[in-house]
Amino acid sequence: MADVDLAQSSGDKRHKGTRSKKLSTRVDMTPMCDVAFLLITFFMLTTTMQRPKTMNLILPKDVEKEEDQNKVKESQALTIMLGKENKIYYYEGIGDAVAKDPVNLVKETTFALQGGIGDVISNKFKSVIQNSGGRDSMVVIIKPTDSASYDNVVTILDDMNIYEVKKYALVDISDNDKKMIDIKLNNGQGAATTQQ
Amino acid sequence: MPRAKIARKSTLVDMTPMCDVAFLLLTFFMLTTKFKPEDPVTVVTPASISQKLLPEADVALIMVAKDGRVFYGLDDQNKRLQLIQDISQQYQLGLTPDEMKKFSLNSTMGVPINQLKQFLSLSLDDQKKFNQPGIPYDSTNNELAQWIRYTVTVNSATGKELQFCIKGDVDTKYPKVRDVLKTMKMGNHMKLHLITNMKGLPAGTPAWEAAQQAGGDNGEEQQ
Repeated sequence: MADVDLAQSSGDKRHKGTRSKKLSTRVDMTPMCDVAFLLITFFMLTTTMQRPKTMNLILPKDVEKEEDQNKVKESQALTIMLGKENKIYYYEGIGDAVAKDPVNLVKETTFALQGGIGDVISNKFKSVIQNSGGRDSMVVIIKPTDSASYDNVVTILDDMNIYEVKKYALVDISDNDKKMIDIKLNNGQGAATTQQ
Repeated sequence: MPRAKIARKSTLVDMTPMCDVAFLLLTFFMLTTKFKPEDPVTVVTPASISQKLLPEADVALIMVAKDGRVFYGLDDQNKRLQLIQDISQQYQLGLTPDEMKKFSLNSTMGVPINQLKQFLSLSLDDQKKFNQPGIPYDSTNNELAQWIRYTVTVNSATGKELQFCIKGDVDTKYPKVRDVLKTMKMGNHMKLHLITNMKGLPAGTPAWEAAQQAGGDNGEEQQ
């Protein structure tokens, strides 16, 4: 109790005598700054993922008459068929000559750029340039089978951009092509057993 | 010899300017952020080297989920409201203004038109739990084509061309995608944007060489 009295008495003394001490108006901004940066980080991270990248795809118009269709030279064409389990079957040309001997002419490869479809496209490029000169004259025909995935289709379309193939077409697979893949698969297995 | 006295300075720094800058940036980011709309399904997009960005406005999104269900979305809330008004009138769904409002709050949806009334009568939280069966897009009942047709009408008011984006899942089977593409062809919408993730250019390829010559710095090797 004595303490309280003392304090009171000293308080009184100050009140009478000296002026009250001026407090600094400065506030420590550090915590506020911390919060601001925390929020900035949050908003920055949420915005960066905003606008996704897109790949343009322009669909061809369906042509009714066969005469109106663009004719592709056998030597300049490469047909790529997308099979199941990320496998690619491809052959040179547009399939007329290949139908006679699908076992040897239809080849199988993977989506790898090195040692896969990438090499196939660049080799075809070389032969097209040797034969007829123009790099732009090469045509790639892409035929996804029903068991191909959307990823396969986008990857192969992307490969066209990677290898700068100017002319390519996404075409429905024909029964003929399906048959060729079947023959290829069955005979391929048969050939392997006879070799052993 | 008297030692030179070094005045002791306080290590406290005035944080006010830094705080000012931080808040300035914060305001900027807050104003520019558009929150990612919540999708009814998760779709993992395939990767491509394309650097093109999604168009900013007039975007119609067609989402093809892993199992082939199709969802449809439009970027602008007012346009969505207009769209559902048109659809409701055309199909005589008898939607209340409240239900139409709820439709415009969802950025994407995948419900057949005959289930739309039932779906929209649910609360927004229940709508999220609702297992949306997807919009029919086969040749006998192509509602997707109808949605697109009405969206084009709604969007024609802006005078700008509608941009179609297709967001397909990595594991979507190709026939499903082919049917969607057929639908687009039917409506004569030939120019499409496929939404993809970005991947680096593989070294040694023609596109990579072109990028190197152009002085592009995105030639990182990625296989």
